[in-house]
Amino acid sequence: MSSVPMEYYLILSAFMFCVGVAGVLIRRNAIIVFMCIELMLNSANLTLVTFSSYLGNSIGQIFVFFVMTVAAAEAAAGLAIIIAIFRNKKTVNIDEINIFKW
Amino acid sequence: MNIQLILFIVLAAVAAVTSVMMVTRKNAVISAVFLVLNFFSLAGLYLLLNAQFIAVVQVIVYAGAIMVLFLFVLMLLNTETEHKLFIDKKGIKFFAVLVSVFVFIELAYLIFRGSPSRTLTPNEIASVNSGTIQSIGQQLYTNYIIPFEVAGFLLLATTIGAMVLAKKKFE
Repeated sequence: MSSVPMEYYLILSAFMFCVGVAGVLIRRNAIIVFMCIELMLNSANLTLVTFSSYLGNSIGQIFVFFVMTVAAAEAAAGLAIIIAIFRNKKTVNIDEINIFKW
Repeated sequence: MNIQLILFIVLAAVAAVTSVMMVTRKNAVISAVFLVLNFFSLAGLYLLLNAQFIAVVQVIVYAGAIMVLFLFVLMLLNTETEHKLFIDKKGIKFFAVLVSVFVFIELAYLIFRGSPSRTLTPNEIASVNSGTIQSIGQQLYTNYIIPFEVAGFLLLATTIGAMVLAKKKFE
């Protein structure tokens, strides 16, 4: 672990986060947008675990545990919402789900 | 060139490539499979960082539970029109890539220029001890018991909420 500089992990995490941002902006399928959000959450988790490991205390890893719990809850509720929207509007294209658009 | 650096480079390359592939594939199921691969390589990176418990939880919760949920929803919904959903407006795509590249440059500048991490001297023994299930469990059931209970309540509430939302007749 100590032979790999910490910046390498952080830059990988930054790269994955930016790919997730691009995915959220580019993709129009609501489920894929959700997957990109999971990717961003995972990159944040990688940063937390990196700092936790290099600082030598476990608090960052406990935070990752809670992030995973919330991510699981968010995925379940969000996918249920997507299913409900699909029942009503017969689409998962986020450009067509524009009822709140001003 | 030692074994840890080689492992890091391999796992990081897999993670980076699979994340890009996930965003660029047109078929949603293939995207999901690439995301699973990405989660597995992240679990390997966690092992490399001495975070054993988090690595196992990553495989079980993310690659196992959450991605199965995603695949089930993809199966339930009609993904025939997938190709039409992939955006073909050049302007938005360009803008999105521009924004993400800008964010990446900012983050890279912060990491490499303004970094106190250079003064961080990793302690191998403390790092190994911090990642064990024993130390995490001890912290979780003593100092972090209230957040732990709240997380359990959150999962219960979400279970009920998901069932209500996904019911056939929504009233």
